[in-house]
This record gives sequence, structure tokens and C-alpha cells, in this order.
Amino acid sequence: MPTELFSTTVWIPIALLLAFAVVGLFGHKMKPVVAGGISTAAILLAMVISYSTAYFYFFSDGLVEGKYVMLVPFLHEWLRFTDTLSIDMGILLDPISVMMMVVVTTVSSMVHIYSFGYMKGEKGFQRYFAFLSLFSFAMMGLVLAVNLFQMYIFWELVGVSSFLLIGFYYQKPAAVAASKKAFIVTRFADLGFLLGILLLSYFTRTFDFPTLMDPGGTAISSMAGLSFMGVSTLTWALVLIFMGGAGKSAMFPLHIWLPDAMEGPTPVSALIHAATMVVAGVYLVARLFGLYAMGAPGALEVVAFIGAFTSLFAAVIAVTQTDIKRILAFSTMSQIGYMMLALGVSGYGGEEGLGFTASMFHLFTHAMFKALLFLGAGAIIHAVHSNNMGDMGGLRKYLPVTHIMFLIAALAISGIPPFAGFFSKDEILAAAWANNQLYFWTEWFVAGLTAFYMFRLYFSVFWGANRTYEHQPHEAPASMLFALVFLGLASAVVGFIPFSAFVTADGVPFQTHMHLNIAIPSVAIGIVGIAIAAWMYMRPGTVADRLATAMPGLYKLSLKKFYIDELYLWVTHTIIFKGISAPIAWFDRHVVDGSMNGIAWVTAQVAEKTKKMQSGQLQHYGYAMVLGAVAFVLLLLYWGAR
Amino acid sequence: MELAKFLIMRSELSLLAVVLILLVVEIFSAKSKQGAVVNLATGLFLLHTILGFVPVATGQLFGGMYQHTLLTGLMKSVLNIGVLILIMQSSGWLKQPANKGRVSEFFLLILSTLMGMYFMLSAGDFLMLYLGLELATIPLAALVAYNLKEMKSMEAGAKFILLAALSSGIMLFGISLIYGSSGSVYYAEVVGTMEMNPMQIMAMVFFLSGLGFKISLVPFHFWTADVYEGAPTNVAAYLSVISKGASTFVLLTLLFTVFKTMFDAWEVLLYAMAVLTITLGNLFALRQQNMQRFLAFSSIAQAGFLLLGIISGTHYGMTTVIYFVLVYVFSNLGAFGVAAIVYNASGKINIEDYRGFYQTNPRLSLVMLLSLFSLAGIPPVAGFFGKFFLFAAAAEQGYYWLVIIALLNTIISLYYYLRVVKAMFLDRSEEPIGLIKSDVLTRVAIAVSVAGIVAAGVFSQVFDWIHLYGWGM
Repeated sequence: MPTELFSTTVWIPIALLLAFAVVGLFGHKMKPVVAGGISTAAILLAMVISYSTAYFYFFSDGLVEGKYVMLVPFLHEWLRFTDTLSIDMGILLDPISVMMMVVVTTVSSMVHIYSFGYMKGEKGFQRYFAFLSLFSFAMMGLVLAVNLFQMYIFWELVGVSSFLLIGFYYQKPAAVAASKKAFIVTRFADLGFLLGILLLSYFTRTFDFPTLMDPGGTAISSMAGLSFMGVSTLTWALVLIFMGGAGKSAMFPLHIWLPDAMEGPTPVSALIHAATMVVAGVYLVARLFGLYAMGAPGALEVVAFIGAFTSLFAAVIAVTQTDIKRILAFSTMSQIGYMMLALGVSGYGGEEGLGFTASMFHLFTHAMFKALLFLGAGAIIHAVHSNNMGDMGGLRKYLPVTHIMFLIAALAISGIPPFAGFFSKDEILAAAWANNQLYFWTEWFVAGLTAFYMFRLYFSVFWGANRTYEHQPHEAPASMLFALVFLGLASAVVGFIPFSAFVTADGVPFQTHMHLNIAIPSVAIGIVGIAIAAWMYMRPGTVADRLATAMPGLYKLSLKKFYIDELYLWVTHTIIFKGISAPIAWFDRHVVDGSMNGIAWVTAQVAEKTKKMQSGQLQHYGYAMVLGAVAFVLLLLYWGAR
Repeated sequence: MELAKFLIMRSELSLLAVVLILLVVEIFSAKSKQGAVVNLATGLFLLHTILGFVPVATGQLFGGMYQHTLLTGLMKSVLNIGVLILIMQSSGWLKQPANKGRVSEFFLLILSTLMGMYFMLSAGDFLMLYLGLELATIPLAALVAYNLKEMKSMEAGAKFILLAALSSGIMLFGISLIYGSSGSVYYAEVVGTMEMNPMQIMAMVFFLSGLGFKISLVPFHFWTADVYEGAPTNVAAYLSVISKGASTFVLLTLLFTVFKTMFDAWEVLLYAMAVLTITLGNLFALRQQNMQRFLAFSSIAQAGFLLLGIISGTHYGMTTVIYFVLVYVFSNLGAFGVAAIVYNASGKINIEDYRGFYQTNPRLSLVMLLSLFSLAGIPPVAGFFGKFFLFAAAAEQGYYWLVIIALLNTIISLYYYLRVVKAMFLDRSEEPIGLIKSDVLTRVAIAVSVAGIVAAGVFSQVFDWIHLYGWGM
């Protein structure tokens, strides 16, 4: 039985949870190295199990009669909801979950190792590692979920641990504000997710992925017939679920939390906000892809449109930012937009499903090179103690290893062969071409923008003006370099994996080939982007400034991120806080609290006045109660009379 | 009548025995033996709680004025668990020198009100219900004013007793209208005569407003914040958890039985009260600075959520309400428990004072975190399931808008619960609250709350067990 072979996977969440419990409860009594070591040991164990699982799944036991099947090596009934509906906790293995296991444990392990150097001497070192373990646990629970409900629970847990990690530097008010913003924005999106789950389960009577996805099952047919406001209920449910995914994956217009989340420690940004948590939304859509493709093509169109729009929108913003982590954050949004688009334009079976494969492929390669970019950025920040591109320049002499690794990652994201990003981006563009040429040209243009902003960053930091630094910048310690080199090698080679032989929408492997008619223009625009960036930023000069002054409106719009944050702020502050909450708070503070305080003061001063005030207060309360009761009677009489 | 028949009143009888023993001890013990009295009372109450789980025959007494069913037994057990946690939590506070010689008074008062609640739950007619309600209310006023030296406490006690009197007046008026129109006060006889005529609608609304006062539903909630703020923290916890829970149970059973023919009327009433209660409770909680006041408004909002389960009118709805109360007992007692420990040790009560609390008291702040997450309904703690089931129960009956309003409110509530979390974990303070050492009983109580918050969510048997005893309209 293949499922028995995979029963070791259950140790992944257990090991991570144990590490969290031990380091979280007793960490403050341990030496930092011990606490970090426990967490790292747990994640390395998880990595080893993941790799062996992936090996056995893809090369021997997963393939049954030419198709990769869903395996459930562990299942435990957790909550019985009604007689027919129960919530289970379990582990589901299929091509995408196995792939995600590899991604999450790899990046997480590298981040653990890197953090030894990066966070050294930081106050709360142990707490940091405890949170990392918690996050890894939650993320693995999400990835391996057997049903929507389990996924939702871990989804929220991921949100909580991300909240804790963003707010790690609690001395910084910006970090605290950012962590709150991230949590509340994604919570709002999760409201849609929860409603979607409820809707879906109400009609299909199941939460289980295997049952939901069964092409011959009743899940799809039970909902396709019903409609609400002209759209089928299944479409509604899936659009609502996508809303949850869009929140976690920072899709427009729910993206505002991601740039601010960069206030967290840089390795956290690499782990959570580049490689794992933010792609959870993509994973969610991919997980339910069978439903989307077979039951609700309308919902897929929404996914495609939002994905394409976000990728363009974020790339335009990235061009003018000056904080290196923020550039990477917008770049992440843009790349996730690519993945969403690829899912949106994909069909279900065979070659039609190229978009699905491409999306997962890009998720995989992106995790490697984007984690590398962030960790590289961490090494740079570590060296110059600033996030601002303006404070950097000529660093290639000081940070030779970081420089090479960063260059590999930048080439990979720009889609230059033979680095990883080239292959996955090529497949996405091919899938877009087959579906809708407008999407293709948009993404083609975004590819150029990507190359431009990434090399703008690269040239400004490593080339450009030679600065004199207060402290001589020095290369990062060995633990950090190890993680950089590991991910650098991965970014260079993972593109050669024949992904369509492993991960496809319907589980049946197929062959892909290079699309020369697409690869040539996309590489060409990448090179053009790099060339423009080199012309503008490689040597110190004024080209960039002149361009910015030539197009002041556009430049400002992009610099200010299209004023989306301001719009949200205006709505929350002016309308909700000032318009609704403030009057109520005023009433409470002045009328209710005020009279309470007044009473206390007067009690001490003059006895008669106390009585007077007190009775006034009570009369007011009593009056309201009686009035309320009478109002309800009238309301009901009116209702009865109707 | 055989004497053995009285055994179906075993909860009341054993509680009475506890009260009498404590009364005797009060007379014969030295005033300085505070600790011994607390330990004795806790031990006795623990026995009483265990006894409550021993099954006895169901039936009725006194010509139907008292009735015992499996459901009332279950509800009493839920209350017992809450009271047990609460009195253990109070032990540290009661052992303080300021409370010398008044310890058994606390127990006598609190157990008398519990007795009143038992009678409310087991009542078979409106008269018994009313007597139970008064017994459950009047000693509470004395408890609220327990801190004799604090003006705020006295003030709150006076407010509570006056407003309670007003509300029970309204309620009594409602009962008299019921009697006038149906000719009986027995549930079994009243139920057939209730119709949708103006007089009986008025009777029902006035009657329910009395329960609304105890549960602090808007617009009968005005007393809540002032009284919670003035009362000793442990008493506020009692008010917000036990007293509220008991009245919710009564509301639930009465609406499902006596007033079931008037569903069309109370559906509208509950709908309106649910929306008002959740929304106003939340909006007021947003900017509170005082921890007790903050928890008061949060508990108002929580009560509003309960109405979602009641309005569904189904067996499933009843189960979820009882389940939610159980979860709420653990969560709110966890939050109040930490607040009480902090206040009694340091005198600090504002949310600002909790800055940097995690640095000095990591365990207590984790308990607070867990309780607040449970109240906010964040998975995977029990509070999430409680809310989720309530929403599902209401959605199943087609109350989509109500569910959506409630869901939006959970997001608002997240904001203010997070404020406290932020203060504890993320903010820093020049002078944080020092390391607090609490006594063993208090620590056990906190541990039980935490275990409850986790276990009630994880073990589905709890939900199944409640489901077994419930029924629908």
C-alpha cells in the first residue's frame, strides 16, 4: 500500500509544532543557539521527509495507471458537524501538495539557517525562532490539508503567525502598524473565503477535496443549476473563495498590506512574503482548480483579469520605489499576478492545462529566486544598515558573493535563459497566447518592466556611484552565505525540471516544448529592459532624474502607489472613524464616562449634588429601558398588522 | 409523597447543603482563617459539581412548579463548571487582608444567586421563575458593592439594584398580563393560549425585557458598563458569564416552549435585538481604555451572537447556544481571570497598563491571548467553532443578512481584541506590570479555562454530548 509508505509525513507537522512548543515555552531559559538549533533541526527533518516523499511520490508510488493520484496517508475525524458532514484533519498528497512541501521546507530551512547570522545578538532571538516554527507548522498544515475546513483553520493560523513575525520589531511603531494592517486586511478577505466555504459546503455537503474534485461526482452538478443574480451559486462560491486567496496573495485591491509588511525582519519577508504565505492564494485556486475549470469558467475569468491587472499595476509601481525591500514586495505582487493569470487562462486536461502547470512551475521557480533576492537584500541591509537605494552604490567590491547570487536571481526573474524564471515565464506566456492575446501583450510588457526595475535595483546597488561608507561594508557571515549560495544554485538549475511530467491539472503527465515564437520576443524585451536600466543607472548620472522630471504626473502617481493607501485611509478615517466611531466614542467618553467621573468627584465634594446627579443618571437609564420595551411592542404590533 | 422523590432536586439540595455548612463554619470559625474557608468552599463546591453529573430520574414536583429534565441538568452543570472556575480564581483576592472576616459572605451570596438560577431553569410556572430571578438578582447587588471601602463599588451596587428593580417591575407587569389573558401561570397551560393579539404581544415583550436586562441586550444594557466597572473584577466576571449564561438558557427554553406559537413576533424582536446588541456592543468597545469596561461591552456583543442560535428555532440551534455558552464561560473567565489577577496584584486596570505584559508575565499574557482569540473567534480555538456553529445554525434557516451583519461585526471586534494583544505583546513600557505570583487555586482555575478553550474546540464529543440533550421547536 503506497499510503502506508507515506505515513511518515505526519511527523512533519508534529515535529514543527513540538519545536514551537518547546522553544516558545522554555526558549527564554535557553541559550539562543540551542533554541535556534531546535527549530532548525525540526525544519531540516521536515525537509528530509518532504524530499523523500517527493521522490517516492513522483518516481514510484504516485503514478497509478498513467495518472498521479490523490493519496491520504493520514486521516482523523475531528469534529462531527451533522450526520453527513464532518471535519477531518489529515494529510493529502497529490502533485501540487508534494511540490509545495518541497518549496516550503526548502525555503524555510534556508531562512532558518540564514537567520542564525542575520538575527545574531537580536533581542528576542528565541522568540523569533519559536514564531518561525509556528509559521512553518501552519504553512505545512495548510499545504497538506485534506479538506477546505482544515485549510481554512491553518490559513488563519498562518495569518496569526505572520502577524507575530511582522510585528517582531515591536519597538518600531511602523512595524506594529504594519502587522495590524496585514492581519485586518487579510481577515477582511478571509470573510469572503469563509462565506465561500459555507456556500460550497451547504450545497455540496462536503468539505473534502477528493470528493469535491471528483469529475464524476455530484459536487459540481449539485450547484451548477442554482443561480443567484444571474450567476450560478458555484461561481459565487468560488469567487468568494478567490477573495480570500486574493487577500493572502496581495492581489489588487487587497494588496495594500504587503509593502508595509516589509517592516518585519528581512528573512521573514523572504519566507512569508515572497515564497510561501503569499502564494497560498495561488495554491488555493490550484487546489480547487477542478471546480473552477469544470463548474465555473466565469470565476476563472475573474482570476485571470485580477491577476493580469495586478501584475501590470505592481510592476509600474516598482519602477519608482526607492526602498529595496518595497521594490521586491511590489515585484512579488507582480509575479503572483503572473501565476494567477496563468491559472485563469488554463483549461483542464492535457495540453489545455498548460496554464495550470505553468502557474505551479512559476510558483516553484519564483519561490527560489525571490527568496534569494530577499535574502540578498538582507545581506545588503546587513552591510550598509539602510533600506534605501540612495544610500547604496558600488557594493560589488565589498560583497562579491552576494553580488553574484543577486545577479543570478535578477536574471532569473527577468526571464533570461538558462535561469529558472525563463522556463516558467515562457510557459505562462504561451498559455496566455493561446487564450487571449491581450493578456499575452500585457504580460509581455510586464516582463520588460520587470527586467527594468530589477536591474535598476541591481545597478544602483552594486554599480552606480562609489560611495564612502561610515563603516566599511563587509560580506555576510557563513550561515547567511550558505543559504544564498544554495538558493542561487537552485535558481540556476530548477528551470530544467520537466514540470509538465509531474504537475498537471488532471494528474496526467504531458510533454511541453519550447515555444520559440514566444521565447524570442520575451527574452528580447527582457534584454531591452536590462539595457535601459544599464544606460540609466550603471554609471552615476542624471538620466533617471531628467526622465522623472519630464513625466512628473506619471512618476508621482507611480511613486505614490496610485494613492490606493490614501484612498483606504480616507474611507476608514474620514467615514468610519470620524463619521461613525468618533461620535459614539465621544458620547461614551463625555456623556457616560463624564457623568461617571462627575459622580465620583461630586460624591467626594458635595453630598446633595451626588444624589441629584445619580438619580439623573438612573432616570436616564430607566427611561431608555422602558422606552425600548414600548418601542419593541409598537414595532411588533406594526409587524403583526401588516 | 415519598421522600425519595425529592431526590430529583439533588442540585438544589446539595447546593443548599453547601450553603448551610458554610453558614455554620462562618459562625464557629475565627475571622483570620480566610484561606481555610476558601479551600473548604472550593472543595465542597467541587463535590457538588461532580454530584451534578450523577444521573437521576427526571420528573416534576410541587404540582408542576418544579421540573427536572436532562436538559436542565446539563445547563446546571455548565453553570457549575463556570462557578467552580470562578471561585477558584477568586481565592487569591479573597485571601487578601482587606477581605478579612468577609470571605464566607462572598460564598453565601454567590451560591444563593446560583440557587436562584437553578430555580429559574427548573421552573414550571412563571411564579417560580420570578422568584428564582429575584433570588438570583438581589444578592448580586450586595456582591457588586462588596468592596465597601470603594465608592465606585457602592455606586455600582446601588445602580444595579435600582435598575434591576425597575426591570423586574416591567417583567412582573408582563407576567400579570399573561395571567390576565390566559388565566394561568403554568407553562403547560399558558402555551395553548398564546396568540398574536396585541395584549399578548405586549405581555411577551415586557416579560422578555426582564430577561433582556439580565443578558444585557440592547436597549436593556445600560447598567452593564457602569456596574462591571465598579464591581470587584471577580464579581464582574460572575455577572458577565454565569448570570448571563443562566438567563440565556431560560430565554432559550421559554421561547422554544411557552412562546413557540408567537414565533412570528419574537423572530422580529430577536432579529432587531441581535443586530442592535452586536453592533452597539462592538462600537462602544472600540475605544474603551478601562479593561473591565472594555470586557463589559465585548460581553454585550457576545450575547448578541447568542441570539443567532436562538432565532433559528432548531434542535441544532439550541445545541449551538449551549455550546457557545460553555465556550464563552471558559474564554471570558480566562480573560477576566487574568484581568482580576492583575488588578488584585497591582491595582492596574487600563489597557495601556498592559504594555509590555508579555515581557514580565509571559504565561499570563499567553492565557489572555488565547482567551481573546477565542472571544474574537479565531480558529483553531473553541470560540471559533462556537461562532461558526451559531452562524451555520442561523444560515441554515435562511437568515443570511443577519449572518452577514454578524460576520462583519466579528471583523470589527477583531480590531479591539487585537488592541489588547498589541499592548501586551508588541508595545513596550517604561514601567510594565511586575512579575505576578498567584496562589495555587487561582493557577488551577486559569489552567482549567485554558484547557477548556482548547479542549471544547478539539473534542467533538462535547458538542455531541450537548446535542444529545437538546431539542428543537
